[in-house]
Amino acid sequence: MSEDKKTLYIEGKEVEFTNEANLLEVIRKAGMNVPTLCYRPDLTSFGACRLCVVEVEYPNGRKMINSSCTMPPEAGIKVHLNTAKVRNIRKMVLELLLANHDRECTTCDKSGSCDLQKYAEEYGIKHVKQYAQRDCMVKKDESSCALVRDNNKCILCGACVRACDEHQGLQVLGFANRGSKTVVEPMAGRPLGNSECINCGQCAAVCPTGAITINSSQLDGVWNAITNPEKKVVVQFAPSVRVAIGEMFGLEPGVNSTKKINAALRRIGFDLVFDTNFSADLTIMEEAHEFIDRLQNGGKLPLFTSCCPGWVRFLETQHPDMLGHLSSCKSPQGMMGAIIREYVPQYYKDITPENLVSVSIMPCTAKKYEGQREQFKMADGRQEIDYVLTTQELGRMIKGAGIDFKTLEGEEPDSPFGKYTGAGTIFGVSGGVAEAAARTAYEVVTGETLKDVVINDMRGTKRVKTVELDLKGTKIKVKIVNTLREAEKCIREIKEGKADYQLLEVMACPGGCINGGGQPLSYNDSCIKEKRAQGLYTDDETGEWRKSHENPEIKDLYAKHLEKPNSHKAHELLHTTYVDKRKDCYISVGE
Amino acid sequence: MSETSTKLDFRVLDGILEQYEYKKSYLIAMLQKVQEVYRYLPEEAMTYIGEKVDGLSPATVYGVATFYAQFSLEPKGKYEIKVCDGTACHVRGSMPVLNAIRNKLNLKEGQTTCENGLFSLEIVSCLGACGLAPVCVINDKVYPQMTSDAISVILDTLLKEEGVA
Repeated sequence: MSEDKKTLYIEGKEVEFTNEANLLEVIRKAGMNVPTLCYRPDLTSFGACRLCVVEVEYPNGRKMINSSCTMPPEAGIKVHLNTAKVRNIRKMVLELLLANHDRECTTCDKSGSCDLQKYAEEYGIKHVKQYAQRDCMVKKDESSCALVRDNNKCILCGACVRACDEHQGLQVLGFANRGSKTVVEPMAGRPLGNSECINCGQCAAVCPTGAITINSSQLDGVWNAITNPEKKVVVQFAPSVRVAIGEMFGLEPGVNSTKKINAALRRIGFDLVFDTNFSADLTIMEEAHEFIDRLQNGGKLPLFTSCCPGWVRFLETQHPDMLGHLSSCKSPQGMMGAIIREYVPQYYKDITPENLVSVSIMPCTAKKYEGQREQFKMADGRQEIDYVLTTQELGRMIKGAGIDFKTLEGEEPDSPFGKYTGAGTIFGVSGGVAEAAARTAYEVVTGETLKDVVINDMRGTKRVKTVELDLKGTKIKVKIVNTLREAEKCIREIKEGKADYQLLEVMACPGGCINGGGQPLSYNDSCIKEKRAQGLYTDDETGEWRKSHENPEIKDLYAKHLEKPNSHKAHELLHTTYVDKRKDCYISVGE
Repeated sequence: MSETSTKLDFRVLDGILEQYEYKKSYLIAMLQKVQEVYRYLPEEAMTYIGEKVDGLSPATVYGVATFYAQFSLEPKGKYEIKVCDGTACHVRGSMPVLNAIRNKLNLKEGQTTCENGLFSLEIVSCLGACGLAPVCVINDKVYPQMTSDAISVILDTLLKEEGVA
């Protein structure tokens, strides 16, 4: 498409446009908006909901009603956003959708953040009785520990189907049947928990209604533990949580709320507040040394990063033959879980292995699944991490506790295991793990101090990045991808022997954890990834330390307990194994 | 669609997939071939195709299979009866013919295949043989100007051939 500037008129105002894919983008760039339930800037236009219709007046006087999400902008047209005709169409669409909708709003997980509810209110829909009402309710699918599907709330906008295909290339969800019987479901209506779903939650992140939501069944357990005086509840929260949670309280995306979160968690009643950024630093210590070891001693390469539980499950179900490439390091969540169990009772007199409850706050729905991994079980059968909540669920807890987050005075985390470096914090963004690992690997391999710590080529939310590094003679090539659609291509490259890189960083969500399925809903902001990423980069720049091995608490942990990276004790606590899970889901048929 | 009802020979499926070069654009042709072999689309076959063909998934294959009326997810009978209920056939009495078939084969409303697996019944919109209305087709053989008596005789003959009557 040409870059020439052309103009059209929106509500009488002359607006310039260049290569915007559709009229809706032009409208939004001009600071105006139209309602939509199915348009998502990151996904292909689908034109399913018909709410974004506008009246278009051509220079020859012809008038047309068109959906702005599928119409390319044309020079000279006049666009009217709110004519009587357009408003009537939108109202009828909403009434028809509501007639076929389970309108139990108060008990719906999406209540308050549901777009259908919002537009019904904005358009003053008070009567839907003249249409045939939904008469047959289907059972909710609660088989997945990460996500809940409720087809009674589905409006067939197809956002989840597109997200699963276009981001992850998995197509776990599809349209089945036809006409009025159409439903969105996994193969033959099988439970999601039995499917090839990797729990990334990108479907829930784009769902405009309560049809796919985060499984928040663990929330009650957390509150019960907090209110039980016998229990000591220890909490950790991930890098990306700090730059997104503010959005639920009217702060700008990307604002760093680390200290506010510390304070809010204590106010809610958590006994100890630690930072997953600390264990991200720990992960770098272990993973960078594992990488150097594989590089120098002929281990399996490329080494795959193992922080992303969606990616791990993808390998375990789709490519179990590639598990040897995966780093044996637990994810930061997993490492922190182990450290809390092992050392917190040693450091804090009133905490015993029996009364300790471990909670983590993650931007990610797949972390709920990771928390339940067989490998993260302790000898007594309990999980190392008892409860995994998402950013959204934490936001709800803060609101439920009556805390005014915006004006909350910040606090420091508990020590040890609360301090972190910039290397740990950038774990939340695609490329961050590789950049953090490179900072440590450089100094370990060369024995010199790295002055310029920022590797710009690794930054940005592009889906594929390839970077060559020179560790004083040791040349390495790193490939960084986000989304599993891209990761699948890498797997093929490797299988065909075409991969020339030694490290592969994969994050399943577009842009990395900052855009995880558990983050506050943000699908109408097309720059959300960049804003949150910038928040983490700023945290890196302004922090006291920027290399994981400089974290004083990390140094202390190795000096007192773990000896050195990849030591026997470190392996016992911080490393894990992976298993072929193909047989757990129906895709293994015929093998 | 229980998993024990069929033992699929996946080599047969591999043959079909090879014939169509594992290309997703041939999905409908593949499904037609599978249905030719099994007389329906077993769930495992759809899953298998979704896994083996690049760009498809089990859910997507299932979506296509459930979209088109020509595909059946339940085993069809040895004799597939199609009763035309297009406009011409309808006005010339396709409904009495349909009811006669249901009575003869003990098929309840919504049931498509009779218990012994010999016959399955499908209503189709138009066979393009309106001049012969009302029309039935049994395994590609066209029976013109049907009445409830005529179809009963035909079914009796088939039942006798099968040694059931």
